[in-house]
Amino acid sequence: MALADARTGSGEPPKVSLLYNPALRSTVYQVVTIIVIVSAVWYAWNNVVQNLARANMSAGFGFLNSRAGFDVAQSLIAYSSDSTYFRALQVGLINTLVVAAAGIVTATIVGLLVGIGRLSHNWLIARLCTIYVEIFRNIPPLLVIFFWYLGVLALLPSIRTIFQHVKDNPDAIFFISNRGIYMPAPVFGEGFGVVLAAFLIGVVAAIAFTVWANARQRATGIRPPVLWINLGLIVLFPLLVFVVMGSPLSLDYAVPGSFNMNGGMVIGPEFLALYLALSLYTASFIAEIVRAGIRGVSKGQSEASYALGLRPGQATRLVVLPQALRIIIPPLTSQYLNLIKNSSLAVAVGYADLVAVGGTILNQSGKSIEIISIWMLIYVSISLITSLFMNWFNAKMALVER
Amino acid sequence: MAKKIMAALVGAAVLGLGANAAQADTLTDVKAKGFVQCGVNGSNLAGFGAQDSAGNWSGLDIDLCKAVAAAVFGDATKVKYTPLSAKDRFPALQSGEIDILARNTTWSISRDSQLGFDFRAVNYYDGQGFMVKKELGVKSALELSGASVCVQSGTTTELNLADFFRSNNMDFKPVVFEAQDEADAAYNAGRCDVYTTDASGLYSIRLKMANPDDHMVLPEIISKEPLGPAVRQNDSKWFDIVTWSHYAMVAAEEFGITQANVEEMKKSANPDIKRFLGEEADSTIGADLGVPKDWAVQIIKAVGNYGESFERNVGEGSPLKIARGLNGLWTKGGLQYAPPVR
Repeated sequence: MALADARTGSGEPPKVSLLYNPALRSTVYQVVTIIVIVSAVWYAWNNVVQNLARANMSAGFGFLNSRAGFDVAQSLIAYSSDSTYFRALQVGLINTLVVAAAGIVTATIVGLLVGIGRLSHNWLIARLCTIYVEIFRNIPPLLVIFFWYLGVLALLPSIRTIFQHVKDNPDAIFFISNRGIYMPAPVFGEGFGVVLAAFLIGVVAAIAFTVWANARQRATGIRPPVLWINLGLIVLFPLLVFVVMGSPLSLDYAVPGSFNMNGGMVIGPEFLALYLALSLYTASFIAEIVRAGIRGVSKGQSEASYALGLRPGQATRLVVLPQALRIIIPPLTSQYLNLIKNSSLAVAVGYADLVAVGGTILNQSGKSIEIISIWMLIYVSISLITSLFMNWFNAKMALVER
Repeated sequence: MAKKIMAALVGAAVLGLGANAAQADTLTDVKAKGFVQCGVNGSNLAGFGAQDSAGNWSGLDIDLCKAVAAAVFGDATKVKYTPLSAKDRFPALQSGEIDILARNTTWSISRDSQLGFDFRAVNYYDGQGFMVKKELGVKSALELSGASVCVQSGTTTELNLADFFRSNNMDFKPVVFEAQDEADAAYNAGRCDVYTTDASGLYSIRLKMANPDDHMVLPEIISKEPLGPAVRQNDSKWFDIVTWSHYAMVAAEEFGITQANVEEMKKSANPDIKRFLGEEADSTIGADLGVPKDWAVQIIKAVGNYGESFERNVGEGSPLKIARGLNGLWTKGGLQYAPPVR
């Protein structure tokens, strides 16, 4: 208001009734808003307590320590029907995080490729990418999940066909069936830790070498063969250590049991359907964001880089994309959050995510308010953490103006 | 899925905010709005709760809803149905969204006490079974170690399944679905070897398969599943009406009163029958219950006695052809037993 007064130019404040005093008004509005919010929350809470009491139901989170009693199909941590509800929720949370993380990585890669592809001068590639975007962007994600689950994965060979296949080809180690993809599982022997350490050393050395190579290129204009030396450091060196340690890694093969393939590693169709659907659905949005980002970089930038002698690939990678990222990252964050939230569609195909497991607990224990609070708290936390990270990344990528 | 979460959320919100009116006295509520809101099976479980192509509901649970409406209003059509999944059913009842839960729901101690419901009448005595494809060559549930099992989440079935395999030192791979339709499709597509739910449900689901004769229900029944209507706790007036609507059907069968002969039976000399049908001069049974005097007559006219309802929905008159077995009258070796109408 001081500003407004200054603008009017008159030195003394205008004489107005207290009713029109802006400072008082804004204070009153804020106080009223707070009172309304607090009393609404208090009313809701009071009602919950009263109604629960009337229905002879107790409130509280103590039930999380009781025995779950049900099994969960996919679990990355030790879990049985003897575990607690709390443990079951952990299993669900991990499953949610796994599918969200895998989905985000894949969606980003596919989205980036398709987004760039849509701008390609190659007629076929550009049209294919357009068709991809228009199809996946315009179908509800739930239908995409059903398409993969019932339309594709359910039609793969049955487990009996696989048994027959194993009989005919005893050497086969990789199977695709309507119960998932079976593959050998790695069994780490003694000394594998040394190999892992060698790999980490290789990675660190490669990073150090790249930094040195960049400095040298800047100083002398000659670029050392970074790719080959790094490949040697990251791949060849650990491989050498692996052989020296006596190959401390064996494979556990999937073999036919009475009903299912036993042993090995299996990626279930529930996970696959959800992962593919979420990735491909979100990728279509990311592709458009990437295209918008690239289009947002002035054409003069790529023309200038061509004039400097960069090839189109280099121009995209070194000049256009870094600038485009500044436009891309904020809407990309929203897409990541969407993907995380859409992962709750897992229930439709029986993937044991947080909502599916929580729903089962809700039903077996009747603690609807508690479970829904837990759901909301966890999803808000995951989303906020993702946002924080993306904001940090955005700040790092932002144009540093001097 | 999102819709289900919404339903649960709305349930919780209603429980939190607007449940006062619904919780007070369901009978007054029902009379005021003019119909009974009945929560039923949302995935077309033939024989219990299913909708035909014209949108008409039928099944044992549906008959129970109609019986309650007939008792309260003298008109069995004054029912509105809310199709529910196994997972959504409890919040729906807790929140007051429905007046009766008649959705082949197992009566268990935790549901009776912890969830805040009341159960008493059992309109179908069931038990959990297993269905397999005949080509597997399995003859007993004890041969199922290592099998993939399709099951619906949030059911007693899911808990019994885990206990059965654990106590027999067998392992299994659960494939858990929220909706029965999805479990059906997955089993049909060969995603699992075994389908487990209440035996009556298995017979009903078997009929839905592309070729029902390719599937068989294994002989083992691994649990007790008394299925019956549930209402909210501490509402005894409404609880009595729901309970006695079922008992009236059973009592009618005991008395030999059918849909066809109910008018005739009114003239019966038997004082028990006269009292039951509200023909006794100064009888207050109906009034004490909070319904019209001829409530039992209305129920029988609407849905018949329990035996008629059973045969029409799940017995010989239906494609399921389930024998009376445990659901026969107590006088014929079954468990259906109505307390005296006195």
